[in-house]
Amino acid sequence: MNSQIAAATIRKSVVVEASIERAFDVFTREFGNFKPPDHNLLAVPIAETVFEPRVGGCIYDRGIDGSECRWARVLAYDPPRMVRLSWDINTQWQVETDLERTSEWEVRFIAEAPDRTRVEIEHRHLDRHGQGWQAKRDAIDGENGWPIYLTRFAGLFGSN
Amino acid sequence: MTSDTTQLSALGDATRRRVFELIAERPRNVAEITPLVSVSQSAVSQHLKVLRNARLVRAVPRGASNVYHIDPHGLGQMRAWLDAYWEKTLAAYKAAVEKPGDTS
Repeated sequence: MNSQIAAATIRKSVVVEASIERAFDVFTREFGNFKPPDHNLLAVPIAETVFEPRVGGCIYDRGIDGSECRWARVLAYDPPRMVRLSWDINTQWQVETDLERTSEWEVRFIAEAPDRTRVEIEHRHLDRHGQGWQAKRDAIDGENGWPIYLTRFAGLFGSN
Repeated sequence: MTSDTTQLSALGDATRRRVFELIAERPRNVAEITPLVSVSQSAVSQHLKVLRNARLVRAVPRGASNVYHIDPHGLGQMRAWLDAYWEKTLAAYKAAVEKPGDTS
């Protein structure tokens, strides 16, 4: 896997032993099964994660109490080659409602062989989340005000 | 080079990223970090300097040495989190898609 970071963009890729159709299907239909559990904006555990497979759809988490959190919008849907979504979670670990301040992630599927597919993720325009963050500097200062991304960062590695 | 680019390139180095992760776990000084990475203490100091300049960590003087904390400002933590998030997601995805006995 590639860990290179370029300006304002994160790129990752993986090669899987599966057809491009299966690679796309598993990614979109089973997304909730393999996404890291650290990713939860709800106050309660997630009962299910739904990936609506169409432009204008969303990825949303449904909590065990029925509450919902829509944290990504489907911007492009082109099976089995590509899906592009928004990332509507801000630096304060809240759903960002100002669409100008959301980034986007694109997943591309490239058949390398009938049973081998390269999957590339490009998460770009991260800088959009930063617009206006300096105004919040004072508000998030101090040990208790650390963005929750940070506390979750350690958790992400800790469970490796 | 903008500060954003500095932050990103600061985390592009594997050792430096490890140093950042260790500080993300809890604040530490150079002597605490060095045994946990495979480079010399002076090399760790250099990495810390880069992380400081990128505003990913900040130094808090304590006695004769500095204790390093994650800098709570800026987008560095979000980027670092997302970088790790996608790494972990893809690894779990690969396991799911290659699960034996479930091919289509």
